[in-house]
Amino acid sequence: MDNKISVSNLNFFYGKAQALYDIALDIPEREVVAFIGPSGCGKSTFLRTLNRMNDTIPIARVDGNVIIDGENIYASGTDVVALRRKVGMVFQKSNPFPKSIFENVAYGIRINGIHSSKQDLNDRVEKALRDAALWNEVKDRLNTSAFGLSGGQQQRLCIARALAVQPEVILMDEPASALDPIATQKIEELVVELKRDYTIVIVTHNMHQASRVSDRTAFFMLGKLIEYNKTEKMFQNPDQKMTEDYITGRFG
Amino acid sequence: MDHRIIDQQLDVLRDKILLLGGATESAVQRAMQSLVERDSDLAKQVLEEDKIIDQMELEIDRLSIEILALQHPAAHDLRFVISVAKITPILERIADHAGSIADAALIINIEPLVKNYVDFPIMAQTATEMLRSALDAFTNEDAQLSREIIERDKEIDKSYKRVFNELLEMMIDNPAATTGAAHLLFVAKHLERIGDYVKDICELNVYLREAAFIKHSRLI
Amino acid sequence: MVNTIMTSLTAICAVFVTFLLLMIIGYIAVRGFSSISFAFLTETPKPVGEGGGIGNSILGSAIMTLLAAVIGMPVGIAAGVYLAEYGRNWYGNTIRFVADTLIGIPSIIIGIFVYTLVVLPMGRQSGLAGGLALAVIMIPIVARTTEEMIKLVPTAMREGALALGAPQWRVAWNIVLPAAASGIATGAMLAIARVTGETAPLLFTALNSRFYNYYLDQPMSSLTVQIFNYATGPFEVEHAMAWAATLILVGTILVINILVRTVTKRRH
Repeated sequence: MDNKISVSNLNFFYGKAQALYDIALDIPEREVVAFIGPSGCGKSTFLRTLNRMNDTIPIARVDGNVIIDGENIYASGTDVVALRRKVGMVFQKSNPFPKSIFENVAYGIRINGIHSSKQDLNDRVEKALRDAALWNEVKDRLNTSAFGLSGGQQQRLCIARALAVQPEVILMDEPASALDPIATQKIEELVVELKRDYTIVIVTHNMHQASRVSDRTAFFMLGKLIEYNKTEKMFQNPDQKMTEDYITGRFG
Repeated sequence: MDHRIIDQQLDVLRDKILLLGGATESAVQRAMQSLVERDSDLAKQVLEEDKIIDQMELEIDRLSIEILALQHPAAHDLRFVISVAKITPILERIADHAGSIADAALIINIEPLVKNYVDFPIMAQTATEMLRSALDAFTNEDAQLSREIIERDKEIDKSYKRVFNELLEMMIDNPAATTGAAHLLFVAKHLERIGDYVKDICELNVYLREAAFIKHSRLI
Repeated sequence: MVNTIMTSLTAICAVFVTFLLLMIIGYIAVRGFSSISFAFLTETPKPVGEGGGIGNSILGSAIMTLLAAVIGMPVGIAAGVYLAEYGRNWYGNTIRFVADTLIGIPSIIIGIFVYTLVVLPMGRQSGLAGGLALAVIMIPIVARTTEEMIKLVPTAMREGALALGAPQWRVAWNIVLPAAASGIATGAMLAIARVTGETAPLLFTALNSRFYNYYLDQPMSSLTVQIFNYATGPFEVEHAMAWAATLILVGTILVINILVRTVTKRRH
């Protein structure tokens, strides 16, 4: 399996403060990779370098290589808009637009000019909602406000919205942390389903979630990558003592 | 931080299995003693105390499952709980074999003395020593010692063959001694089985230490 | 015990303020109501004793306020959007400072400024100059409130759009602006209410007129200036008309404010 994303020598700075130190890892295609680590360890910052979302922060500076499908996304002249279409993102707190359910999912399709006709648009919206396991719950109220949905449903709507632009990679930043256990379970099942077609990178502060859904896990501490291994190894017999201490709860 | 919720439970589990190990060791050692010294009262004691060993097994099973269900142990903690869960029934079976030896002693002790059990005590001693070492290796997570003990099982297998042949000859030469000799054959078999179980315990010790399963593989 | 005293004190203050406001409105109403009639609202001023009205003043105020809105709102909103979306640099900070200062400048100075730039070259006062002066007052207010309303739109919403491959201008246009729309509208309406009550800038720029005037290049009457004229005139009958005009003016401003409240309340 080829590497979809290949990171090397990645250093990240907020102004003068360094937040990521020399990160190197490869993310294979169509697998789920989980990033775990204590608060502030840099996992979300690192996730956001993969679709250049950190560009919105004026004092952020990236130094190093992030190669997706053979191209360095930090090379000058990179089409960031196209990058973000290819590498979608779902956020910690669901953030639907103040529009109807249909329009939320259609937004990405419209602005990227993907659809060929009104019927095509409708079909794509339906497909995205089905893929996000939300269609049956909303098919009769597509024109109602997205804010009428429950937290778990809103998050699935955000996933549908991301899927509608046909990304190849989906980045998820603690997608279930604001949800109750049943809604969380639905999101996890969805992740496992989606990995058949997409490469998924998920940041989670819940180690058990990482062990349940991911193929590989990367453990970060204080901006450094401590260990990156197949999940079954990580949780049964990790290489680094620090990793073992973290997953067995030995640090406060 | 070394005072996690799970640490207390792991400590209790460790204490319990060491107690079980000690009780099992004692059962094997005294069962053989009751045979060699022709002490039927001792044999009866061993049989009585087997019930206590069965209770301990149940407690350890319950506690290990509880830790797995509630505490989500990972890495070393997980391997520890799994090893305990797998070693416990092995110890209980060793104790059962000790009980069978005690049963045999009750019968043999009534019969006239068959031979002066030259190889028996050695076989019994090897088995008891191996068991003790295996339990030490478990406590210390000593994979090297465990591998050495696995090698020693070959000695027991050899002793068993010798004893088997000697007893067979005896039954042919001295038909009056057949009953006693037949029972002694079974005792030898029990000791050989105990050796095999100790080997299983050592394989689990290696798993605990190294996260590798060496069972059923020719290369150790 | 102390709690009760404090609660009572603060309640008394609140009641006092409300009372003051009601007194003012009530007094104006009482003094002005009797002079209001259809004729008053539609006729132009006539020589003392012959009646007349403020019809042309109402129209003049409406025209100039409209002109101010037509210029001031797009410019103000656009400036506000710029400041909120792209203005985190020294240039944006300078603009912000200038806007804040402008808001604090006495409106008569704005009037003098427009007088110099528009009235003098044109050779006469005009409705255009009046409208422009009002626009200059409106722009910084609208810009700053627009900026604040846009800043209130959660970053999460913007990030959601950016993550879908929307360029920044698009995020501003179809996600941020619609989300901030009612806030921006509120700000604009409040700015309109504010300029409706301005007198000083109109004094030099639009002057006043006794006639219905539809052309922007001529002096134009306005409610505020007319009130000033009537109130400072020597005749009692003029004073009565001043009260009535004041009632109309205050009534209009009150209605705009109430409208703003209702619209915002409905949103929540």
